[in-house]
Amino acid sequence: MTEAAAFYILTGTVLGAALVVVLSRNIVHAAVSLIPVLLGVAGYYVLLGAEFVAAIQILIYAGAITVLILFVILLTEGATGLRVRQRNEQVPLGIIGSGALVFLLITLLTRAPWPPAATPLPTYNPGAVGQSFLTAYVLAFEVTSLVIVACLVGAIVIARREE
Amino acid sequence: MIGLAHYLVASALLFAIGLFGVLTRRNAVAILMGIELMLNAANVNFVAFTKYVSPELVRGHVAALVIITLAACEAAVGLALVISAYRHLETVHVDEINLMRW
Repeated sequence: MTEAAAFYILTGTVLGAALVVVLSRNIVHAAVSLIPVLLGVAGYYVLLGAEFVAAIQILIYAGAITVLILFVILLTEGATGLRVRQRNEQVPLGIIGSGALVFLLITLLTRAPWPPAATPLPTYNPGAVGQSFLTAYVLAFEVTSLVIVACLVGAIVIARREE
Repeated sequence: MIGLAHYLVASALLFAIGLFGVLTRRNAVAILMGIELMLNAANVNFVAFTKYVSPELVRGHVAALVIITLAACEAAVGLALVISAYRHLETVHVDEINLMRW
């Protein structure tokens, strides 16, 4: 019962704040209301027994990415004024496209016969995640670190002021 | 009783909202925010499937962590591109950045 209540409160928070993110005319309001979306998704992870993923979500998404986005909004302030038109002329197309997608996804995903889980989720998640990362998915782990290095170097090179 | 379908429907709605933002925003930073919403929706699906369908090796948690890392990378490079475009073209609106249009 409490799980259902928590789920519906989280869903209301996430979807309401996500609508503010895509609809708000003020770009700073949109960026700030990204935070409740990300924290609500972290709440989903806690409900699903993924506390470690929830902690990483709060640290990286709600902590780092939101601050980065706000900084870029401040740095590009000439283009973010309230009188600047924020939406293009594709609003009807966007409504049709995303409406069709959500209809298709819900129809497909709720009708598919998902097999029930054979074993319960391991209770101590961080240990299991670490085991999995360093045994079966070690290649993904290493490639991810390579991508991070490439991204950091690339971001510095692109954003650097040319002499 | 909350089951797999609840999470799938919620994440489908979140993904559609993010797609609407990507399709209709002019500001490149707002488009990046829409992409973040869509990545989060995919992550919710991965973690929900891990609990309800396939808990072996906590595969979905591994996938979600990799996606969060790559989303941080994507945000860093994307925002660097936005700053560079603003410095050269004085705009961050994607329909005005048309230097390479024929």
